[in-house]
Amino acid sequence: MSELLPSALFYAFAGLALVFGFLCVANPLSRNPVTSAMFLVLTIVSLAGLYILLHAFFLAAIQILVYAGAVMVLFLFVIMLLNLEEEERRKIRGITLGLGALSVAVIAGILIRAVVAARPSAGTTPLVEGGIRNLGHTLFTLYLLPFEAMSLLLLVGMVGVILLSKKDLK
Amino acid sequence: MIVGLHHYLVVSALLFSLGLFGVLARRNLLVIYMSLELMLNAANLALVAFSRYNANLKGQVMVFFIITVAAAEVAVGLALIVALYRRRGTAHVEDLNSLRL
Repeated sequence: MSELLPSALFYAFAGLALVFGFLCVANPLSRNPVTSAMFLVLTIVSLAGLYILLHAFFLAAIQILVYAGAVMVLFLFVIMLLNLEEEERRKIRGITLGLGALSVAVIAGILIRAVVAARPSAGTTPLVEGGIRNLGHTLFTLYLLPFEAMSLLLLVGMVGVILLSKKDLK
Repeated sequence: MIVGLHHYLVVSALLFSLGLFGVLARRNLLVIYMSLELMLNAANLALVAFSRYNANLKGQVMVFFIITVAAAEVAVGLALIVALYRRRGTAHVEDLNSLRL
């Protein structure tokens, strides 16, 4: 029982993530960007479930808060701001779609073949616990300098966004 | 059947391919951007799985940094898209075919 439940949850979350991801990029019913954004939110929530199965609890929380919260709200703001409804009715050429699907299928085949050929240690009992205590200790000792560099990056990003959103962009 | 590292890697590869297909097939700039986010998330899933099965927290710290950089990247990229839309009046890649603004 203790082995069966995580496996069942893995297949459930992985299947949901793949289905929602497909509906995000290639929804056959709707090409509205808002629909894509909503399915991307569902994909991100399914991935957070997978993170919890991998015992990365803090990352699952961050995934929900930052991705499904902040980033997707930003996306929805911009979609509403730009008012993209009239652009939905463009036809997509079949040959480009087919060639794109073919090349992507080849790349997916190569990736999966590589995973199968590498035979990563299947069935080994994993050890690491991604709780907030261990992660914070690693972050503030070994990775202190990248952490500070990240704060600088966020500052630069903020200044850049303010500059780019000025009305008379030179 | 016990779920191992390769299961997570296969899911990650499939999600990455879906994102790549979105980038290739869709014509709306915002949807292309969302597909890029999907690809980033697929890479994150692979990193968390490696971290768990190699008993090493460094992969999770890497994912933490990737999420931070992705948030900054989304903010700057969306500001660029809004600026482009103001100038050209479209967010459709087939209309954006000249380098001159």
